[in-house]
Amino acid sequence: MPTLTIDGKQIEVPAGTTIIQAADKLGITIPRYCYHPALPVSGNCRICMIEVEKQPKLQISCYTPVTEGMVVKTNSPKVLGVRKTILEFLLVNHPVDCPVCDQAGECKLQDYYMEHGQYDSRLSDVKVKKEKKAFSIGPTVMLDQERCILCTRCVRFTDNITKTHEFGVFNRGDHSQLDVYPGKQLDNSYSGNVVDICPVGALTDKDFRFKCRVWYLDKTKSVCPGCSMGCNITVEWDKMRPAQLKKARVMRLKPRHNQDVNDYWMCDKGRYKYRFIDENRIQHPQLNDDVILWDRAIDTVAQALKSLKSFNRTDRIGVLASAQLTNEDLFVIRKLFKETLKGAQVDFRVPQPPGDSDSFLIKADKNPNTAGALNILEPDADAAGIVQKAISGDIDLLYVFGHDLIALWDKKTVEQISRKAKLFVYQGSNINDTCNYAHLNLPSSVYAEKTGTFTNCQGRVQRIWPAFLPIGEAKGDWDILSLLSAKLGVPLGYQDSQEIFKDIAATLAPFSEMSYEKISDKGMLLKLL
Amino acid sequence: MGNMTEKRRLELEKYFDPKGSFASLRMAQMKRAWKQSNRRELNWLENTYIPTLMEGLWLTSKHFFYNLTFHVFHLFGLYKEIPAAVTYQYPEKPRPLALRLRTRHRLTKREDGSVRCVACMMCETICPARCIEITAAEHPDPNIEKYPFEFNIDLGKCVYCGFCVEACPEDAIRMDTNKLDIAEYTRQNMIYNKKRLMEG
Repeated sequence: MPTLTIDGKQIEVPAGTTIIQAADKLGITIPRYCYHPALPVSGNCRICMIEVEKQPKLQISCYTPVTEGMVVKTNSPKVLGVRKTILEFLLVNHPVDCPVCDQAGECKLQDYYMEHGQYDSRLSDVKVKKEKKAFSIGPTVMLDQERCILCTRCVRFTDNITKTHEFGVFNRGDHSQLDVYPGKQLDNSYSGNVVDICPVGALTDKDFRFKCRVWYLDKTKSVCPGCSMGCNITVEWDKMRPAQLKKARVMRLKPRHNQDVNDYWMCDKGRYKYRFIDENRIQHPQLNDDVILWDRAIDTVAQALKSLKSFNRTDRIGVLASAQLTNEDLFVIRKLFKETLKGAQVDFRVPQPPGDSDSFLIKADKNPNTAGALNILEPDADAAGIVQKAISGDIDLLYVFGHDLIALWDKKTVEQISRKAKLFVYQGSNINDTCNYAHLNLPSSVYAEKTGTFTNCQGRVQRIWPAFLPIGEAKGDWDILSLLSAKLGVPLGYQDSQEIFKDIAATLAPFSEMSYEKISDKGMLLKLL
Repeated sequence: MGNMTEKRRLELEKYFDPKGSFASLRMAQMKRAWKQSNRRELNWLENTYIPTLMEGLWLTSKHFFYNLTFHVFHLFGLYKEIPAAVTYQYPEKPRPLALRLRTRHRLTKREDGSVRCVACMMCETICPARCIEITAAEHPDPNIEKYPFEFNIDLGKCVYCGFCVEACPEDAIRMDTNKLDIAEYTRQNMIYNKKRLMEG
């Protein structure tokens, strides 16, 4: 374990650590373009030069391993001078078209120029222009070779992480340029990540292109609901200009670093699956196509439940919960339908066809909270059985959480359920075909409007944070259910999700000793026997 | 509270002190009050209001005929050195404006007549009144790359600070149209779109 000093601060790190990693641990940021903690070191950008005492030349900190007693200076006049010179070299053929560049605002070249460079251009020659300006290199990414500083992060990403080898650097000297290999396209399922790792605006996202400037974005930590992997993400949304862009709030999703789940990456499916947050939402409670108030909607369900309970026919209640719901929502479902209305048939395992999967991040189970639902609901009924019973008229009240039954079964089945059931409640965030057949539609919020936790396929409980308020009159799922419970005369008394989670931790063994503070933004594993 | 009343009492004492710094102010106030409460009774002639009426008519007619005469003389090129009325004949003759005055915005054009703006949204970002709304789009020419599909300025909100002009990296927006008379019947019409802004 060598001990070294960086800018007067001492730190002890394992042998083999590079100086830049040791500095990161100390919280000292050394500028970097080509270095990325998840990629192999290439050491070609030279911006991370630092001064090591007793060594005549400056060293690149991303490739120099630490040694015992090393004294490193990251901000000496010599280092700053070199940084300035290197920035000058990097900007020799850079078009400096920041006004039209989507990266402006989160561009490291722009940032370090403002921080360290600030020179007047000494260039008398004309900048070398590439053949094409911006062009498409795949379904998701645009490439602008002029802006590229040839850090090769994207090349190393496709070589080492996805192993699809699309990128290469061609030609030499001033003419060297980044491109995809002839006849190839950047069309792997992780292509969006090259935009994240690109330190400049050479690779830009087609989906995000010109949609919004990055400084308008607010960021909220969340978890991707696309599959059971539960990749950590940041929801980036725009509150400054909601009138524009058809009132869309979410602009893009970005992966968030979590060593144990997704590292720095996320798949394209998850990255571009955010439009449902703003589009096609149920805005108001609806009873047979009439917009009604929440009070009446809750009353309608509560009366039906009450009468079934008073006749001791709670077995005629069918609940199709969903693994898209948070642990908190599911726990309130358990409280209401398995404790207050004991005997109700609750299940969430609707027969979904398995989706695509790979060995990296994409999982076949497309629900973010299957593990949580199994542990919280402990279902004894069978979803297909509940639907069969509803068709034959053995279910009086069918309560569906967000499932599109028409896609899962067929139109005829849902038509029959709609005819046979006395009350067919659909509680969900988005309009789908099933809504037209449900008697009562209750608008609920999507994951970006909720506080709660998801449990991924590893059994890791991870938190989600609300980015903004629910759209229209929508309410959180547990909120609706606790209103319902209060109407039935059994108030649950939860003020917020944290109280529910405290209750979960107190009642359920796998969740014991967990709390929001302990989970924080890295997650916590379930205790499975 | 006791201290407060003490303070107030001292203030009042200072105010009513006949040799204090407020004495002259108090004197003026008292004189005005005396004048208002001691008005002279009007005699019968004054009660008809005719003398004051004639006095007013005389003053108005004096200026009217003076200006009329000299404006007519000026038309024939006579007595130019004697000035007539100093009023600007506004709608016909606008007042001369200073060169640096910030007036209604315009969007400048390229040589081919297309909009110069590249929709970098610097003006939208800096605008303290948040009256600029830009929607960017992909330009067919990859060397221009980005252009404003929509560019709206709500002149009802604009405070004419000129930050947008200063922030613009492309000299695409200027406030030099010398147009000040912006009036509309609806608020919606106060929102100037790209076309109206490019007309200058």
